[in-house]
Amino acid sequence: MAALIFRRLIQSALILLGVSFITFFLLYVLPADPVRQIAGRSATPQTVANIREQLGLDQPFVVQYTRYLAGLFHGDMGRSYLQKTDVTTLIMARLPASLLLMAAGIAAELLIGLSMGVIAAIWRGRAVDNSLMMTSFVTVSAPQFVVALLLLYVFAVKLGWFPIGGYGTPAHLVLPALTLGILGSGWYARIMRSSMIEVLRADFIRTARAKGLARSRVILRHALPNAILPVIAMIGIDIGIFMGGIVVVEGVFGWPGIGQLAWQAIQRIDIPIIMGVTLVSACAIVLGNLLADLVVPLIDPRIRIR
Amino acid sequence: MSDAAAIRGASSAFRRLLRRKLALLGLALVVIIVGAAILAPLIAPFDPFEQHFDGLTLVGEPLPPGAPYLLGTDLLGRDLLSRLLYGARTSLIIGVMANGIALIIGTMIGLTAGYFQGWLGAILMRFTDLMMAFPALLLAICLAAIFQPSIWIVAFVIALVNWVQTARVIYTETSALAARDFIAAERTLGASTPRILFRHILPHLMPLIIVWGTLGISTTVLLEATLSYLGVGVQPPTPSWGNIIFENQTYFQSAPWLVFIPGFAILVLALAFNLVGDALRDVLDPTLRGSD
Repeated sequence: MAALIFRRLIQSALILLGVSFITFFLLYVLPADPVRQIAGRSATPQTVANIREQLGLDQPFVVQYTRYLAGLFHGDMGRSYLQKTDVTTLIMARLPASLLLMAAGIAAELLIGLSMGVIAAIWRGRAVDNSLMMTSFVTVSAPQFVVALLLLYVFAVKLGWFPIGGYGTPAHLVLPALTLGILGSGWYARIMRSSMIEVLRADFIRTARAKGLARSRVILRHALPNAILPVIAMIGIDIGIFMGGIVVVEGVFGWPGIGQLAWQAIQRIDIPIIMGVTLVSACAIVLGNLLADLVVPLIDPRIRIR
Repeated sequence: MSDAAAIRGASSAFRRLLRRKLALLGLALVVIIVGAAILAPLIAPFDPFEQHFDGLTLVGEPLPPGAPYLLGTDLLGRDLLSRLLYGARTSLIIGVMANGIALIIGTMIGLTAGYFQGWLGAILMRFTDLMMAFPALLLAICLAAIFQPSIWIVAFVIALVNWVQTARVIYTETSALAARDFIAAERTLGASTPRILFRHILPHLMPLIIVWGTLGISTTVLLEATLSYLGVGVQPPTPSWGNIIFENQTYFQSAPWLVFIPGFAILVLALAFNLVGDALRDVLDPTLRGSD
């Protein structure tokens, strides 16, 4: 087991290294010049050249990349071109807000999605099931920003129940978390439903029913814990989709997280920040996958780790 | 699978598809939207680029839905319905094209890695894993923001972040197929590798490709809308459903229809392809047949 965890950690580290390389390479070859952004339009060629030299952007790609990597190993993600602050500091300042939103969003999507899935599975083929599955189709087909704007319009602008945007109180968290929750719920509802249907067909459920156990007990104590496992594995994988959603949702609600930080950096071609946020997101995704792979076999001995 | 059997299989699959209410609803929606997009020049009441003199209120605000502008006007006094109809073309072209490219990349990578396995397969699949770890939307936004995006670039960027899922599905299926006896038999009989890949394995992958191709259109349509909504996708004045919302969001509180009508259109298009794709999966995937 220890050897296996070690191997997976090495794999994850390699993946992150690959992500850093590809991102760095893309930002290097793309026709975007950060120096022009920093120097401004009226800068003389001399100023532009000076800034380029100062930032080390006149160096060849390999030198720039190895410098960046060397910094990474010391926890240094470089300095923002325009904000004149360490990227690590900037990200650390924004990360708690994003993590809070993620946690609330995941809680919301699980709560909505799993309940939908279980209810649909129990009343399979009935009207409840059909309408829940139709709802799940609608939620997976809805654009993030439209759901965000709709909730904002109805609950903040029209009803005034929640603030229009910003950060600070639990009330600020409700609409962004609900947006992420609604968007993700359809996905979980469908997985939960099929997982539950499969478990309900299993022999041990028939045995439990045959023993005369109450239907509710069979569903809650026997079927649910077994059916929920494949869904847990999905959380890790879902984090990737989630990280993308966060950029849009943070933007609409003015939530001061890393998504907004990235969006502002992209508009100003502030490469160190773009690199930093990409790597942090990739870390979250890799960690999610790792947890899915390592934790699920621990809970469920039937799944052997390969 | 012989050609005749394949055709019979396809037509029976199509008949089973038509028996599903949700699939029919999805198909009907697809036909309506595609029809509207193709016929846009004939059915659009106005020129989508024309800024109408009477298209704004006296204080310069967009007009609400009514006559003669059925769905109202946008911030420049252009007819929203006409822009929506032309916007459907943009969304569909990008959706279909980006998805087509993604499907080709994904299938080639999955097929190659799954059939050859070994170091080639390992490299390709590790690369796929690596792409899975990329925050896709962030990457797409970044690429789109840096290139001054045209329709083609937007489609290409979307394809670049969207092939991964297909590659993995195709890989798994190809690995399983490659281990089957009939493939071993073909190999023993001396069939060439391209023949095995394209005559024997690919036809078995077709149902999967069709399913993922259909579902993928939803994903690409949504991604295009998101990029355009952020202002890094299709650039105005070319209308796309995402950039109509992008342009008009300053009027979000006073003229919500300018956001929610195009938003609803995006939802309906993505939903239509999801409904058809999901039904296709049920109909075409033999392991799921009969499980509802």
